[in-house]
Amino acid sequence: MIDREQVVHVAALARLALSDAEIDRMQADLQQILQAFEALNALDVSDVAPTAQVIPLATVERPDTTEAPLSRDDVMRNAPRVERDQIRVPAVLTED
Amino acid sequence: MTIDPGYRVVIGLETHVQLKTASKMFCRTSAAYASAPPNTLVCPICLGMPGVLPVINAAAVDLTIMTGLALHSEIPPHAKFDRKNYAYPDLMKWYQISQYDLPLCVGGWLEINADGETRRIDITRVHLEEDTAKLTHVVGDDGQPASLIDVNRSGVPLMEIVSEPDITSAAEAMAYGLKLRNILRWLGVSTANMQDGALRIDANVSVWPSGAEVGNAKVEVKNMNSFRALGQALDYEIERQIALYERGERLVQETRGWDEAAARTVPQRTKEYAHDYRYFPEPDLPPLSITRERVQGLAARMPELPDAVRQRLVGELGVAATDADELIEDRDLTAYTLDVIERHGGPAAEVVTWVLQDVRRLLNARELDVADIPIDAASMARLLGLRAKGDLSTTMAGTVLEEMFATGKSPEEIVAARGRQISDTDALVEIAREVMAANPQAVADYHAGKDRAIQFLMGQVMRRTRGQANPGKVTELLRVELGGNGGA
Repeated sequence: MIDREQVVHVAALARLALSDAEIDRMQADLQQILQAFEALNALDVSDVAPTAQVIPLATVERPDTTEAPLSRDDVMRNAPRVERDQIRVPAVLTED
Repeated sequence: MTIDPGYRVVIGLETHVQLKTASKMFCRTSAAYASAPPNTLVCPICLGMPGVLPVINAAAVDLTIMTGLALHSEIPPHAKFDRKNYAYPDLMKWYQISQYDLPLCVGGWLEINADGETRRIDITRVHLEEDTAKLTHVVGDDGQPASLIDVNRSGVPLMEIVSEPDITSAAEAMAYGLKLRNILRWLGVSTANMQDGALRIDANVSVWPSGAEVGNAKVEVKNMNSFRALGQALDYEIERQIALYERGERLVQETRGWDEAAARTVPQRTKEYAHDYRYFPEPDLPPLSITRERVQGLAARMPELPDAVRQRLVGELGVAATDADELIEDRDLTAYTLDVIERHGGPAAEVVTWVLQDVRRLLNARELDVADIPIDAASMARLLGLRAKGDLSTTMAGTVLEEMFATGKSPEEIVAARGRQISDTDALVEIAREVMAANPQAVADYHAGKDRAIQFLMGQVMRRTRGQANPGKVTELLRVELGGNGGA
């Protein structure tokens, strides 16, 4: 069961401003999604190794070689604002 | 600093290390961000553009495994990357690809010497992630506060080494950091320069009254950009926490930054929910299989590590422990010295002394790195051979070494031009007699008990031989020629 408070918390983490009506709707939607997953609990998986993926793939790696980056003009194309060759955003808290 | 015995200090260190790779962690953009103008090493993957996919840099994985092996970690056959979600504009994707529950290296230990004691500090894990963009907080050109983003650093391979909370003082933390830095440099996995941010050590510090249960609250201390700062910040934080208890207050969990100018730690404002990262397996990267062959191959590629070299220098080669400690601080100088020792064949302790004193002094005077040393190990060994054979006195060998540094000439060439040491008894006796005849006052002084007079006579012999007389032999002969010493 997902409560309203959890919906508000997750929305805050995602920086989403939800109206009361939207919170209600999200609560119902998320509840439905979680219920769908709960169907899995009916399965006995005691002899199945945990996995983080459902397709039998191992990842590939690449050799440590370089290629040309984008031009700075292209890098800045989507920037909301540019100052001193950098992307300017509203002041954020210091956090390393 | 001595810690109040009424308290127990618990410190764990999180060390971030930029790996020495050509390209970034998940894309082929160059990782050489330090020398690049802002936002010139950026590609669609660095920008987190829709539809792009990360591809793992094999070299970064290799360097992390090598570090794990050096720290006696287990390298599990399966590892995976996870997505660490947070809303902060230092990563364009709004998440960092890191490793959560299946890191590349698990467990391990690092042996340190601090306060005259040898201790093992346990390692929790070593994992791989990506560095973030650089944010600068400024007053913008419209007078409003703003943050400027340079994406170049974003995606540079970053290895994190997490220690267990085994550390009990600032001195131990510094010993751990210095030892770790030296290993990283020997392995060649990183420049490990703190000033450039290639090595960043954060500390979790908590102090508890002795006998009390160790609680959960801890203070994360950041922003130390030198070992000096690390030591000062931890000493300050330990004192601050003790003072809290003395005032009857409780330890509050928080993040504090070291303010170098004010020499204190100050609370850092951190975002609400900052530690709710909602990790989940990175959907863009299937799990990694690390074969045993790969691990064995990397183990075979690893150089002999500083502890093993130190053991060999002291145990087998008879080098003084303090000299060995000093030498292994510098991997390249150690390699050079070992090469000279092997070629020279004489006492290793003597070679180490020559390197630590004369060679290093000459390198420093010319502001040269060991890599640029103008005399190769073979020439150095031959010089020490000439010294061992008696062709050169210690002083003469020092002069020849200086000339080798300055001119690049071989020791044989220089000795041929300057002449060898004169050890021939007949020749030296003759010169000694001449000097005595020319300096009757000094001879009289010597007989009157002024032993110092012999130094004067010795100097005269050296002058006549342009410094080439064997000093030990001259002293011996002078004493014989002068006969009884009235004094000493």
